[in-house]
Amino acid sequence: MAQEPARLKITRTGDTVQVEFTSRKILDEANIADIGEQLSAIVEKEERPKIIISFAAVDHLSSAALGTLITINNKVKQKSGQLRLSDINPQIYEVFLITKLNKLFRIYPTVKDAQDSLQPA
Amino acid sequence: MKRTRSKLKLAGSCDTPWATIDFCSCLHKARQVEENVLTACQQHHFSESDIFAIKLALEEALVNACKHGNKMDPTKHVKVQFRVTDQRADVAVEDEGPGFNPGELPDPTIEENLEMSHGRGILLMRAYMSSVVFNPTGNKVTLTKFNDAYSPATSNSAALG
Repeated sequence: MAQEPARLKITRTGDTVQVEFTSRKILDEANIADIGEQLSAIVEKEERPKIIISFAAVDHLSSAALGTLITINNKVKQKSGQLRLSDINPQIYEVFLITKLNKLFRIYPTVKDAQDSLQPA
Repeated sequence: MKRTRSKLKLAGSCDTPWATIDFCSCLHKARQVEENVLTACQQHHFSESDIFAIKLALEEALVNACKHGNKMDPTKHVKVQFRVTDQRADVAVEDEGPGFNPGELPDPTIEENLEMSHGRGILLMRAYMSSVVFNPTGNKVTLTKFNDAYSPATSNSAALG
C-alpha cells in the first residue's frame, strides 16, 4: 500500500524556520528523498540557517531517514547554521540513543526549548 | 507476488508452518510483506513496542535486500519466509545479491563515523531483535523476536541455543 505523500509544514518566526513532519511514518524512499530535497532547499535559501525540525507527528522512521537528517545537519553546519530537533517521542528517541545520534543532533523536548537554545545570528 | 507455505523447521521451534513470499525487488511490494508479518504479530498479541521493533528491523532488512543485495534489479527476487506464534516471530529475508560480511561494516556509533549518512540498518536490527543471524554468504538474514509479553527473558537464550 502506498504511503501518504511526504509533507512538511514550514513556518517562519523571525530568522528561524520551523519544520514539522506531517507524515507519521518516515520510511518510504521516495518520501525520504522528497523530504531531503525540501529541507536542502530551505538550507540553501538561508544565509545562516536556523532550523527547528519537530517530530511531534512522527511515530516511525528508518535508518534512511536518519541518513537524510545527517546530510541536512552537515549542510547546515557548512553554512555555520543551527539545526535543532524537538518533540521526539520516547520510542523514536530510543533510535537516536541506539545510534548515538543524540550526540550529533541537538535535541530538545519542545519547539519552545529549541527556540530558546538558538544563538543570535 | 508468489505466496506458498512450507514446513521448514528451526531447532527448538514448534510445528507452525512457515509462510513464504517471493517478490521482485520493489520497495512497494516489500512494504506489503511487512504488513503481512506485522498483522500476524498483532494477531499473536505482540506488544506495541515489539511491533515497533519488528517493523523497524524488517524495514531495514527488506530495504537492504532490495537496494544493496539486488541493486533494485526487478529481475532479481527477494524471498521472505516468516512464522509467527504466540511465543516468537521469525522472519528470514534472502536476496539474490553476492552477500556481504556484516563483521566488516564500520561501527556507525563511534565518534568519527557519526556523520556517515548510511550504515545503521544492521545496528538497528541487532538492537531491536532478540536474534539476528546472517548466513555465511551474507545474502540472507534471519530475524527473531520473542514475544516478551508471553515468555520470560530467561527462556529466550535457551530457545535460541
